[in-house]
Amino acid sequence: MTVTLDRPVTAEPITPDALDVVRRARRAPVRHHRRLLAGLVVVLVGAFAARVLLGDFTVTVPDFVRIVGGEQIPGATYIVMESKLPRAVLAVLVGVAFGVGGAVFQTTLRNPLASPDIIGVSLGASAAAVSVIALAGWTGWPVSAAAVVGALAVALAVRAVAGDHGGFRLVLAGIGLAAAMQSVIQYVFTRVDEYDVQLVLRWLTGSVNGVAWQAIGLLALALAVLLPAIGWAARSLRATELGDDTAAGLGVGRGRTDVLMLLGVLLVGVAVAAAGPVAFVAFLSGPIARALNRGRTTLAAAGLVGAVIVLAGDYTGAYAFTDLNLPVGVVTGACGAPFLLWLLARGPLNAHRGRRAA
Amino acid sequence: MMAATVTQHARLEASDLTLGYIDTAVVRDLDLQVPHGRITVIVGANACGKSTLLRGLARLLRPRSGSVLLDGEVIQRLPTRQVARTLGLLPQNPVAPEGVTVADLVGRGRHPHHGPFARWTRADDEAVAEALALTDTLGLADRVVDELSGGQRQRVWIAMALAQGTDLLLLDEPTTYLDVAHQVEMLDLLAELNARRGTTIVMVLHDLNLSARYADHLVALHTGRIVAEGSPREVVTEEVVRTVFGLDNRVIDDPVSHTPLVVPVGRHQPRRLVPSSPASHSRQETR
Repeated sequence: MTVTLDRPVTAEPITPDALDVVRRARRAPVRHHRRLLAGLVVVLVGAFAARVLLGDFTVTVPDFVRIVGGEQIPGATYIVMESKLPRAVLAVLVGVAFGVGGAVFQTTLRNPLASPDIIGVSLGASAAAVSVIALAGWTGWPVSAAAVVGALAVALAVRAVAGDHGGFRLVLAGIGLAAAMQSVIQYVFTRVDEYDVQLVLRWLTGSVNGVAWQAIGLLALALAVLLPAIGWAARSLRATELGDDTAAGLGVGRGRTDVLMLLGVLLVGVAVAAAGPVAFVAFLSGPIARALNRGRTTLAAAGLVGAVIVLAGDYTGAYAFTDLNLPVGVVTGACGAPFLLWLLARGPLNAHRGRRAA
Repeated sequence: MMAATVTQHARLEASDLTLGYIDTAVVRDLDLQVPHGRITVIVGANACGKSTLLRGLARLLRPRSGSVLLDGEVIQRLPTRQVARTLGLLPQNPVAPEGVTVADLVGRGRHPHHGPFARWTRADDEAVAEALALTDTLGLADRVVDELSGGQRQRVWIAMALAQGTDLLLLDEPTTYLDVAHQVEMLDLLAELNARRGTTIVMVLHDLNLSARYADHLVALHTGRIVAEGSPREVVTEEVVRTVFGLDNRVIDDPVSHTPLVVPVGRHQPRRLVPSSPASHSRQETR
């Protein structure tokens, strides 16, 4: 402590020096965050280019430009436009959605384990989507709507069970519901005639393979609406991060948190409708982005990290093993498990910090 | 019950206020007028409802009946952001987010002054600089809050509440977890804020003697009701302390501040003093 006890309170008008100190101190984290985002964008563009141009069928940059421009190059056009490009674009979109959605959950619930893929929200969306597809034959946006309803139902159920308590009670309730949702998905597959392993894996662990441009466009449209809305609603995080009482003192009621959570659920729902519940992306992105941002919350970086994870996971799944095309969810799931163990081994998860002192 | 010594009009008042968590009333039919521009301290035994009362005054709890009035209006009916520009709150357990710097944390006190699309302005920087200067934490501006000592951290939180720029400041045990030197330092800081800026302060404190020293207006709470209210000299009497804390005691003159000083009479004394007044009915459990 450098503080002396008898020092009088300084009440002189603020000196330009003091203003300078405040400005510099306030801008340093902002600047670091900007640099981080720029770096992540560069990595993302690199990963995107690698996903589209490299692999077992390489495409040169000029060829790629010509193909996207509409020129027909035998073989290459089909592979790029029907496989590589849609996969890469979808990977970026679902990666951003899961990354941001996961960080919204983890931040508002103040618990890194409370991500939508662990507490069953993603699997709830998946169960609803696969049910309406397999049993009712739905396609297009109604599937997204069903997925959103499924995600919302699980989120509300978890909240009803956990009550005001957050923390481990919420995580345990969520893990239970996740298991239930998984069995719903498995049950649905026993009811369909054609049993397709790729399809089962898609709705259990997620895949960006074989998705039509139309579905990708639908997801892009949903993100174009949801991401700015989350950016706007997340401003209240600056207050809600300080605990419920402090936030209320700053004029931010719990309603603001609920709006943000609702948007996060919608985001996860539409992403699951497009690519299935890509395992652990939502769970991994937030803590990685936070670590890169010196421990500070950042939804934007979480989204970019999510996109890079899905791109890299899809690339690995597609080309790491010859003759074996693994869905991205299998790869991210394999990476997520050790990370989960590491997070648990690291000790207390700060899950109870900031809980309302009743 | 003693008469309240309220001379000026009160901006914040409780009227027939009953507060409680599900089914159990913690504060019952309570009337309180917070003297304007003064330091009001709420004291009482554990679980007497003092924190609940403070949370109620800060509109964190919805009254079961009765009301809290801010400038004559029912506080729950006012827009919460508008209340936040008049009334600041430092709760007992605020959470410093991981990695947050002092300047950033204090800046968050400006939240109620920002509309839905407003940007950070020079006035915000000035408010933060002033709050840091007042709490003597300017030198810590770029430090991470997690790394500070308990005393420094508490000053930073007070700076955040100051940056909010409110005339009324409610604090729930601002000296918890601080050693006695830092408790005094913290209370000196608040007293100086009150003297220089005329900020009305309402706080819950555990230490009766420090309360008597720093309070202009003391409120003694017992099982959710006000037992005594007024200047420390009126409130801190052997009788009241016995009622509120169930503690045999002597009240003497504080040689430094000449406010009442409570000396507890425990069981481990060389000789047992007989209480001067019959108090068997008012002996309360102190946990």
